Amino acid sequence: MQPDIVPKKIAPKGMVSLSRLASDYTGVWTNRKERREIRLNRGANGRDFMILNRRSFLGTATAASAALSAPMALGQAKPRVVVIGGGSGGGTVARYIAKDSNGAVDVTLIEPSRKYYTCYFSNLYLGGFWEFDALGHDYGNIARLGVNVIHDWAVGVDRDAQTVALASGEQLSYDRLVVAPGIDFVEGSVPGWDVSQQSLMPHAYKSGTQAQLLKHQIENMREGGTFCMVAPPNPYRCPPGPGERVSMVAHVLSEINPTAKILIVDPKENYSKQALFEEGWERHYPGMVTRIGPDFGGENVEVRPDAMEVIIDGVVEAVDVCNVIPAQKAGKIAELAGLTNDSGWAPVLPADMRSRMDENVFVLGDASAQGAMPKSGYSANSQAKVVANVIRGELTGSRIFPARYSNTCWSLIATNDGVKVGANYEAGEDQIESVSSFISQTGEDAELRQQTYEESIGWYNGIVADIFG
Amino acid sequence: MFEKLKPLILVGALLAPTTVLGQATPIGDAAAGAQVYQRECASCHQIGDGAEHRIGPHLNRIFDRRAGSHDDFRYSEALVRQGRDGLFWDLARLHAYIENPRALVSGTRMSYRGLRDEERRANLIAYMRAYSDQPQNIPEASPTAIAREVELSAETLAIEGDVEYGEFLSAECTTCHQRSGEHSGIPGIVGWPEEDFVVAMHAYKQKLRPHEVMQSVTQRLDDEEIAALAAFFRELGRE
Repeated sequence: MQPDIVPKKIAPKGMVSLSRLASDYTGVWTNRKERREIRLNRGANGRDFMILNRRSFLGTATAASAALSAPMALGQAKPRVVVIGGGSGGGTVARYIAKDSNGAVDVTLIEPSRKYYTCYFSNLYLGGFWEFDALGHDYGNIARLGVNVIHDWAVGVDRDAQTVALASGEQLSYDRLVVAPGIDFVEGSVPGWDVSQQSLMPHAYKSGTQAQLLKHQIENMREGGTFCMVAPPNPYRCPPGPGERVSMVAHVLSEINPTAKILIVDPKENYSKQALFEEGWERHYPGMVTRIGPDFGGENVEVRPDAMEVIIDGVVEAVDVCNVIPAQKAGKIAELAGLTNDSGWAPVLPADMRSRMDENVFVLGDASAQGAMPKSGYSANSQAKVVANVIRGELTGSRIFPARYSNTCWSLIATNDGVKVGANYEAGEDQIESVSSFISQTGEDAELRQQTYEESIGWYNGIVADIFG
Repeated sequence: MFEKLKPLILVGALLAPTTVLGQATPIGDAAAGAQVYQRECASCHQIGDGAEHRIGPHLNRIFDRRAGSHDDFRYSEALVRQGRDGLFWDLARLHAYIENPRALVSGTRMSYRGLRDEERRANLIAYMRAYSDQPQNIPEASPTAIAREVELSAETLAIEGDVEYGEFLSAECTTCHQRSGEHSGIPGIVGWPEEDFVVAMHAYKQKLRPHEVMQSVTQRLDDEEIAALAAFFRELGRE
């Protein structure tokens, strides 16, 4: 039986410095009731930390000897962290734990691809503003920092045994597991489409080869042809992504195929940066883009890849290139690990992205259901830093700081016409909440838009250096 | 909370508890707000699935909407004019309008005496917030909670440029500003004199310097945190 651990002593405000806190911790709590206690006891400034000092903990704990033993005594050389997925979330968390723990934590990153192609900036590649090779990043520097990078598929998680099964048959055990698999598509969300049709109607929503294919199809579309995008329902990766993609396709077509048309079929009433995109399309690509929203059947779509037809509310449209972005859910391994709920996403606690299903597991980035943050590489990177700090603290006693989350999404509308949207987020009681936001304004001057675009390049170089550099 | 609870292995002093912090303050209690809505609003306004205009316009997606902007509803001229002047429904405007409609829009056709009780108003607005755009899908959507002004006493944080805290905080910076000091499109911030760094951050925080991302980031940095960052980036420059 687990002893009933209740915090006996709460740090009076201002009594101790943060640097001393970690070494004072000797206890943990294990259930909801205790967490509630802690919340109730929290100081008015919202940042006081719970303290169980050694004496009070010993007074209630029957597992006293266990409580005082270090991980070494558990017969394990180092605490072990396994990270599934080497994207913006997983790559960042692996790197930061390894870097900041100076070898005190054993970090393993499981990622099937030897080279990771970012989804962000893949639209700029479609538009001819970015080289394909510049989207790709390998894991050499992450490995050099001491992360054991295994190029394999995680095919199962045994959360009772705390092991991860790899396709090769290997089993890896962990003290903390981070699951950051990104997205998969919801089967049947666009009738007529499944991944076996992705060479005829690419999704191009996981970058890499699919982005190359879509670019090829756009550049070879017949003169005056129609590019159709079937946009996804909420929530999906990269809220302004479809709008930016339309902008980039329009940019290419206006140069090489100016009589071509773009048709967006969208199940959503509205979408991120809508006013900015619509203003930009009118200015740069007048008459080229048509959007069919839910009022006109945009939510009732079927595709016939062999015939290159899109059926919108019963009306057949012949198209020449069709980019189908299906409804999305957490990457398959999150579901296999039993971390997802009926929504298809993996619910987490707002304070530290810890799975609501298992306290030794964290879910990061697109796969998580955390509340107000958009599914983006920036969000995943931001969440990963919080998780890295928490895991390192739990395993090595280093200082744990309150979570800070943020996100900015830049989008390119036309040459030198960049816009952005961003927000700050904080942990609320039940989910991550948005506490402030900003967005580029319509009618901004060209100089500001150019600077925003140049800044987006700086951001890209910054974030990939932060993860892979 | 945890659907799968297991006894946690106690690894002693090395297992520090997570900080459980509800930093963001809710707009209000949406469940209580539902009752306020029924009592105060529902006789004229519909909200939720299939809501339509009745005596007043429906209130779905009211947040961030320009005042008087449903094409298919006949508003007072006064409200349409306010919309043209740039009145958008955000938290502050909704509070003001519901508290006393005529104070915000003289000549509005909404004949409602107003709801003086601030808490009930906050609950009502929290309830309505759920029927507007969610930031997960529309990042620019109105906030879902109120940022808490966090005041750390000098003793709470090891102040005077706490480099270790600065390193944690710096992770937010290094998403864009490269740790190597390299810069293109985004300035380098490594190795600055501490004072320059502190002054620059405060200038963004006070919105003297323009730049939305930096203004946004610095809004929630307090003096100690700015000092910690300045100390960290100074140290980084020495490496």
